[in-house]
This record gives sequence, C-alpha cells and structure tokens, in this order.
Amino acid sequence: MAFLLPAIMLLLFGYAITWDLRDIPTVVYDQDLSARSRGLCDALRASGYFTLVASLPGTREIAPWLERGRASLALVIPPDFAENLDAGRAAPLQAIVDGSDANTATIALAYAQAIVTSYAARSAPPGQTLAPPLRVESRIWYNEELVSRNMIVPGLVAVIMMIIAAMLASLTISREWEGGTMEQLIATPVTRTEIVIGKMLPYVAIGLVDVAVASLLGVTVFRVPFRGSVPLLGILSLAFLVGSLGLGLMISAGSRTQLMAMQLSMMTTYLPAYLLSGFMFATELMPRVLRLVTHLIPARYFIVVTRGIFLKGVGADVLCLQGLAMIAYAVLGITLAIRAFRKELG
Amino acid sequence: MTAPGNDRAVVVTNLTRRFRSFLAVDDLSFDVARGEIFGFLGPNGAGKTTTIRMLAGLLRPSAGGGTVAGFDIVRQAERIKQNIGYMSQLFSLYGDLTVDENIDFFSGLYSVPRPRAAERRAWVLEMAGLEGQQRRLTGELSLGWKQRLALGCAVLHEPPILFLDEPTSGVDPISRRAFWDLIYAMADAGTTVFVTTHYMEEAEYCHRLALMNRGRLIALDSPAGLRAQRGAPLLEIIAGPSAPLVEALREAPGVIEVGMYGRAVHVTVRDAAAARAALPAWLAARGIVGGEIREITPSLEDVFVARVHDAGGAVEG
Repeated sequence: MAFLLPAIMLLLFGYAITWDLRDIPTVVYDQDLSARSRGLCDALRASGYFTLVASLPGTREIAPWLERGRASLALVIPPDFAENLDAGRAAPLQAIVDGSDANTATIALAYAQAIVTSYAARSAPPGQTLAPPLRVESRIWYNEELVSRNMIVPGLVAVIMMIIAAMLASLTISREWEGGTMEQLIATPVTRTEIVIGKMLPYVAIGLVDVAVASLLGVTVFRVPFRGSVPLLGILSLAFLVGSLGLGLMISAGSRTQLMAMQLSMMTTYLPAYLLSGFMFATELMPRVLRLVTHLIPARYFIVVTRGIFLKGVGADVLCLQGLAMIAYAVLGITLAIRAFRKELG
Repeated sequence: MTAPGNDRAVVVTNLTRRFRSFLAVDDLSFDVARGEIFGFLGPNGAGKTTTIRMLAGLLRPSAGGGTVAGFDIVRQAERIKQNIGYMSQLFSLYGDLTVDENIDFFSGLYSVPRPRAAERRAWVLEMAGLEGQQRRLTGELSLGWKQRLALGCAVLHEPPILFLDEPTSGVDPISRRAFWDLIYAMADAGTTVFVTTHYMEEAEYCHRLALMNRGRLIALDSPAGLRAQRGAPLLEIIAGPSAPLVEALREAPGVIEVGMYGRAVHVTVRDAAAARAALPAWLAARGIVGGEIREITPSLEDVFVARVHDAGGAVEG
C-alpha cells in the first residue's frame, strides 16, 4: 500500500493535470456556406485543437449543445463573411463558449482567435494584408466573467459529498470490526440488508445537510449564481450520496481495519473524484484511455449536475442522462454494499 | 422454536476448521444435552473460540458439521442466531451508548415485541444490578457490570441456548461469582449454557467438561468423572523454594510430570509408595533436605495439566 499509493497518485496527477487543450468539441452555425467559411472550418479542424461535432441550422440550436456539455464552443459565421473578407472589410465572427469550466473556456477562445488570425493572413490576396483583420467576438455563457470560483464551488459540492460519503462510510463498518462490536452484531438475527441500510441512513442525513451548507455558503459568501431547481439538486444529491455511501460501505465491509478502509476509499473514490471528474482538470483534455476511464467515475456525472443546476439553470430534461447515471449509481452502491457484507468471521 | 423430537441442544460431528495450513479445530464430535452447563476448557490456541464461533453460525466449518437447537450450522446459520444468545470474548456492547440504549438496541435486533421489551429491560437492569445506572455510558461501567449487561443483552429474546466465550476473563472474583450465579439461575430455568473458560474453579461449576488441546478433544466427562479417571497417583511436596525443587524432581526416577502450585510442587509418579520411599534420598543428594511429601487427590487443574501433557503439550504462545 505504501508503494502503490504514490505510484497511483503520480500516474493520475501526471496524466490528469494538463491544460493543453485538444479536440475541443465545437459546433458551427455557418450562415455563409461559402468556400471561405468552409476553409475556416477546415483550418479549425486541421489545427487538431477543435473537433467539429455538428453543423447547426440556426442560433437557437446552440443552447442545447452547450447546456448538455456536448460542445464547449459554438462558432457563428455571418452570411456576409466571404463578401466582407474579399472586400477587405471587417468580418466579425461570433464565438460562444461554455464558461462553466473557466479554464477550458479561456484557452478555447485564445486558440480560436489565433487560428482565425492565421487563417486571415493566409487567405489575404498576395502582397496585401487584411485591414481591418478578421475578428472574433466572444460571448461567454453561464459564467460571464469567467470567475473560477463559479466553476469550483459547484464542483466542490460534489467532491465534498464524495469525501463525506465514501470516507465516513468506509470507517463505519471497519470500526465495528476493530472494536469487536461487529462480532456481537452479526451473532443476532439482524439481516445484512438491515445493517447496510441502518449504516447508511444517518450519513444520508448528514450528507444532505452538508450539501445544503456548502451550497448556501457558495451562494452567499462566494456569490456563485444559483439558477436551477433546488428540489432537483436535492433529489440528485440524494441518489449520488446513496451510491457513494454504498461504495464506502462496500469498502468498509471488506476491510477489517479502519486504516485499510481509509486508504482504499482514498484510492478508489476520493482521488478519482478529485482528479478524473472534471472538477480540477477538464476531462476533454485527458489522454484517450484516461478519458474513457472518466466515464466510470460517478462524480463526473454529478459535477455536470451541480454545474448545470448552479450555473446553467438547466432542468431534468437536460440532466436526464446524469439523473439516470445517479440512480444507477445508487442502486449499484446499495447492491454492492449488501453483497460485500458477510455475516461471518474469518 | 427448537426443532421437535430432539433432546440434544448441540450435536457436533467431525467438526473441522482450517486457517490456511493451521488446523484450529480437528475432527471434533460431541453432544450437549438440553439444560446442561457444558464447559469448554483448554489452553489458549486450543480451538475453543473457533468451535464456539462455528456453533454460533459466525464461521463456516472446513469439514464436518453439526446442529444447534436442531438447525444445521452450515445451512441454517441465520435460524440458529434467532435461537441462541452469544457473548463474544471481548466486551462488545457499544461503549458510547447508555445502558438503556444498548438494551433497547439489542431488543430491536432480536425483534423482541415492544411490551415484552420493557419487561426484559427491567429484568436485565435488576439482574445486572444496574438499576439507577440506566443513563450512564456503558463504556464507563466497571468490567463486572459490563459483563453482566452483555449477558443480559445476549438473552433479551430468552434463547434456549447460550454461548459464552470466556465471559469472565479479567473480571474480579466477586463479580465472577455473581456472574456464575446468573448462569446457574438460567440453567435452572432450562437454558442450555455452553461456556469456555480457563479458570479451573469455574470449570468445577459445569455439569460436563470438554477438554481441548491443539484443536482436539482430549477428554469429556463430569468434573468428578475426570478426577476419577486420573490413573497415576499425585504427590504434593513442600520443601523450601519451589524452583530448585522442580528442577531436582524433573530428573527423579519414577516421576512423570512436575508442576508448581505456589509453595507446593505437585508430582505425578508411577507408583506412590515407591516414590515416597525414594524421593527424600534423591532430594537430599541434591541439597534439599526436610520438607514433607504426601499423596493428594488430583484437582481439576492437575488433571488438566496432565491431560494436556499426555496430548503433546500446549501450543506455544
């Protein structure tokens, strides 16, 4: 354990910490549909920094893509783009970024600006420069001033819950094995489902209070906007808590000492929730393998929930995938905890 | 709740438990009658706790099996748990709950109906001498009180069979006596009591005793029967400091086993008369003169020591 933990931490941090953006999911609303506008899209794609995930028929289609987090950047090319460009007039482009992840938003905008500028230089008629040059007008949605705490606080709510749930729960059964009370408990007719549910209930209450406290502090002290529905946050938090508690209890049931339970829960829940959930480091920036792994991290979905509800004000319709993930997580957590618990010694 | 037509509270056949390569319980077979106080005696590491855990449905046997209250210890472990009270070796109530809270918690675990639970709580408090202490934290109680409370909590559902694993270890003699009075009272009321101990005077309280060593059953009889079975005669020698005396006697002719008992030394010999004649000269030759030698009836402890010796000695540590 002493050797495994640093190795895992190093690998996780080493691969997860990167601010080099690649393959930023981008949607384009091309009103011009000219050779020029297609050339610009090709330049974006060829840079490797952007992946064009869809071509949209209108501005109204932009919001769903950004709300659901399926695209981080939307580029709107005006109808007179080619004409203006050829006439040497200013040709403003509109770029809209999802500001709920402030880091990604800033970098994506900077890249877009750079690529557009170099495209303008290349496409100018020989021997003359484009004046005024091609401009990108940026709009940042959900977190207009790119305040990093606006993205950190909702994410932190998720991470805090993961810690409370998995860590505390992982201690509760192993503590009883260590103290000897578990031997007495399993000698009674109480069923393992009763034990697991009984262990879970107080922490569900504690966890929900913690969510409320963290959210209130975020909104009052840190002035993070809260644009969504409180009941929706409550229900999805409950599901997330149950799943995480189940995971913690499963670890606890398998560990005979608190130290072992603590280390296991650190490695399997806390570290991934911190590093691979998109809380600190955008999942889109990770190497492909690691990015696939992040799909297995429940906190990844829950962070979309908290950021979505806090910053984007989205409802159940947008968060249905995440909602299903939370419910599946809760069911899985309870099932695994009950299965892992043995009313047996040795 | 006990299965009908069965006057055996516990039946064990070829019970075996291995922990990796270590054979903790080796091919154990015995019966316990209803209402009996059945003592399990043996040095540390003899397999007493492992056996009691298998009977209480907490540990699966590696081979063999048995029934408790008519239920199979492998397939019906959960049914057994409804029909037994179990007290583990270490104190295992919740130290940060009050006396009342612990009682209520265990009433809940055993599904004791509510009106009955109140009666049972009053009974436990009276039995354990804890009236007026209901609101104290269990962790603050003296060990004697804790043990009596643990016993009370283990029998809230009035089980026909009670398993006690070294219930009085570390408890002062007066509390121990009080604890055994409770066990007697329960046995009189028809409860079968299965108890492990390493206190010899407690072993004397049992109706029957099973002696265990290195996972094997080496003797099974009433305390009187065990003493009577003892073949070789026993001499008690008191002659100055015990340590050199024991040293000298180990090598003496006709001596089988030597044990120290305070100021006295107990010597198992092949022939009492021959040894009484030969030993004074043997000791005098080694600088030990005077003292007295007399033949005694073996105590249970003598029997125990001799039996363990015959069976190859105790496990070290």
